[in-house]
Amino acid sequence: MARLTINAAVREVDADPDTPLLWVLREQVGLTGTKYGCGIAACGACTVHIDGVATRACALPISALGPEQAIVTIEGLSPDGSHPLQQAWLALDVPQCGYCQAGMLMAAASLLAQNPSPTDADIDAEITNICRCGTYNRVRAAIKQAAAGGAAQRG
Amino acid sequence: MTVHTALSRRSFIVGSAAAGGLSLGLRLPLTAEAAAAARQPEVNAWVVVKPDDTVVIRIARSEMGQGALTGLAQLVAEELQCDWSKVTTEYPTPGENLARDRVWGSFSTGGSRGIRESHDYVRKGGAAARQMLVAAAAEQWGVPAAECTAAKSVITHAASGRSTTYGRVAEAAARQPVPTDVPLRDPKDWTIAGQPLPRLDTADKLTGKQVYGTDLTMPGLLNAAIKACPVFGGRLASFDAAAVAKMPGVRKVVKVDDTAVAVVADTWWRAKTALDALPIVWDEGPNTDVSSASIADTLRKGFDADDAFVGTAAGDAKTALAAAGARIVTADYAYPYQNHATMEPMNATALFTPRRCEVWVPTQNGEASLAAAAEAAGLPIGRCEVHKIHLGGGFGRRGNFQDYVRQAVSIAKELPGTPVKLIWSREEDMLHGAYHPTTQCRMTGALDAQGNLTALHMRISGQSILAAVRPEGMQGGKDPVVFQGLNGGGAEGAFAYTVPDLLIDHAMRNPPVPPGFWRGVNLNQNTFYVESFMDELAHAAGQDPLAFRRKLMARHPRHLAVLEAVAERIGWQTKPPEGVHRGLAQIMGFGSYVAAAAEVSVTGGKLKIHRIVAATDAGHVVNPAQVERQVEGSFVYGLSAALHGECTVKGGRMEQENFDSYDVLRLAEMPAVETIIMPSGGFWGGVGEPTIAVAAPAVLNAVFAATGKRIRDLPLKNHKLA
Ligand code: FES
Ligand code: FES
Repeated sequence: MARLTINAAVREVDADPDTPLLWVLREQVGLTGTKYGCGIAACGACTVHIDGVATRACALPISALGPEQAIVTIEGLSPDGSHPLQQAWLALDVPQCGYCQAGMLMAAASLLAQNPSPTDADIDAEITNICRCGTYNRVRAAIKQAAAGGAAQRG
Repeated sequence: MTVHTALSRRSFIVGSAAAGGLSLGLRLPLTAEAAAAARQPEVNAWVVVKPDDTVVIRIARSEMGQGALTGLAQLVAEELQCDWSKVTTEYPTPGENLARDRVWGSFSTGGSRGIRESHDYVRKGGAAARQMLVAAAAEQWGVPAAECTAAKSVITHAASGRSTTYGRVAEAAARQPVPTDVPLRDPKDWTIAGQPLPRLDTADKLTGKQVYGTDLTMPGLLNAAIKACPVFGGRLASFDAAAVAKMPGVRKVVKVDDTAVAVVADTWWRAKTALDALPIVWDEGPNTDVSSASIADTLRKGFDADDAFVGTAAGDAKTALAAAGARIVTADYAYPYQNHATMEPMNATALFTPRRCEVWVPTQNGEASLAAAAEAAGLPIGRCEVHKIHLGGGFGRRGNFQDYVRQAVSIAKELPGTPVKLIWSREEDMLHGAYHPTTQCRMTGALDAQGNLTALHMRISGQSILAAVRPEGMQGGKDPVVFQGLNGGGAEGAFAYTVPDLLIDHAMRNPPVPPGFWRGVNLNQNTFYVESFMDELAHAAGQDPLAFRRKLMARHPRHLAVLEAVAERIGWQTKPPEGVHRGLAQIMGFGSYVAAAAEVSVTGGKLKIHRIVAATDAGHVVNPAQVERQVEGSFVYGLSAALHGECTVKGGRMEQENFDSYDVLRLAEMPAVETIIMPSGGFWGGVGEPTIAVAAPAVLNAVFAATGKRIRDLPLKNHKLA
């Protein structure tokens, strides 16, 4: 049994210690918003926050985590889709197929929390997630829109 | 979320339909539930209006990110004249389509055909529903229908000052005779179609709520991970199930056809872990000597071969090119294998019992999925059903090829009554693609003393997609799709350049690597060859690449118009900023005319793409905002292939297994894209694919301008620019 704090709730999960957090979230906790894309930390589809920092959950065994660490998934980014990034994403109609978008949003939220007004170079460096549909320019624009609207206050 | 709420009543239809023993083409009486659903608010097959005025528009094609769901709904809603804010959508199932004489037509979603092929009948569906709603209201009021008007879901009889809503007359409308004369609105009067409306499917994609195939769950569901023989043409020899039988969560190890083995477990992670530990012996078959080098060799030999199929010809190119005095320019090009690499790996969920089989799957062609399910289940098609789910990317991988459906059903057959979700690992996805075919091309052109192109021979040597996957489309051994963008005329791409002596032919060489329709298909390499070589010819003639092309394009004003548009916007006639260089390309394909202009710089051997201008003439445009997204996305797909993508073969198998070795374009490399949408009317072109083809040549022509290096084979990562 492992104890994990996920979206502010403590969960007991019965999983082998080397199970990646991604699969515990998806298959044991029922939070399927976090996606599998590569399993080797190369695509960002599985990005969640651990203590506020964007982390690729596919390559992180749950044995590396304790209940004192706050895990936040896309389902916990805001209670109702009202995070400034989610609003900017909606306003700019960013997603295409949408499969990569939870990871994009989580990576962007972590970036803004640490850097409320990122430059283009900051965005280039931090948002390394893969989108095959090609939403990159709208992702960039939405991050800037959210930053301009004061996403930082929300941390 | 459980599957029952997520997937609605349709999950249950097949259970009762099975008793009818439906076979293809037979009409089956509707099941009680389907009939009830149909009775309630369905005005016709395309339109359901609920008493609260909610309009449900049925969408036969698949949503895979390209926005077809929204665009097709706009077309129906335009004719229906309903309140757009009350529109929702649903997919009819392939089984329902068969049961109703294919009332929704084709479910196939590929070839940028979603809208261009179905606009007429979906609009008629909306228009007929409007006529029936109006007729029902007129009948209730005892007035002529012609005196009534309809707008925003409200029907008005101005003379008597009466009005009602669609919801109130929907039931009566369904009983109205189906109109035979269904005039359509003129696109210039459109108020819903043609508008840059936001997509209908965005909100759930921002919160994790959108359910993809990989996310499905249902009571008792088990998960499967699979490995097929990594060598093309190889088979499964043996495996030692006992070695993993006691691993946590493992329920069963299953042989899948002759080629693969799957582990079924309570969770997918445990299934995959056990599969990785499973001792497997492959019979690697006859192709272990095949490599990228051996394939390239075979293709190169096709350059001089006599066994070529003629695509487009005028005059006598061979004689003209052999004539004394002509100035000959020649160059050889090559295009590698590519994987679709949809972000969501292949997957399907199957539930099999000896009496019926149901499949839940992200698919570009629900009817192909249904046929595959029935075949694998060994059941009549009427005892099978497919439930479509939005795709996490398709790009051509999930249309013709239903390998994952067949596998999921084969596995589920071993566990009757238990739903089994099969998810491919990324590695499996990379090793078992339906790859962008590989071809090479020898271009030979003759310039006269004034630098005019007088003769051109384009010899393509390489793989045919149709020969492998749709042999019924072959024409006397020739694959007509090989000539996309190079045809004498027609919607699939008329060749823009008028050359007195012209020969475009194809020496078919089919390596044992399965090819497929990869977004853009053969237009990709053909455009890379033609537009790069046009640039080479212009430079050889000492002429401006735009002016050189323009002289050859007089008979193709639409091709020329998009090219001129990008040239003008990028400032072709003005000097670019210091260190910045420009390139151009144009093509016609998938019914549309497209062009791109690129601005790049190369510093210390490193390429930076600053800016792209792209123009599209798709005839009619249903949603310009979505066209823009498709155009932008096309550069991501096209530039991924041009700069990074390449699947190489060694030992009869692909060498790249994941994104660490198959890199794709990321945000930092993404140029600014300006899109010019210039619909000239009178035809319906596709927009999801054609622009991909101009991405590589526009950028690489700019790279030549910057460095003097001509890139004749992709990807660029294999070349040094310094
Ligand atoms: S799935 Fe974790 S980075 Fe790709
Ligand atoms: S929106 Fe489809 S992969 Fe990004």
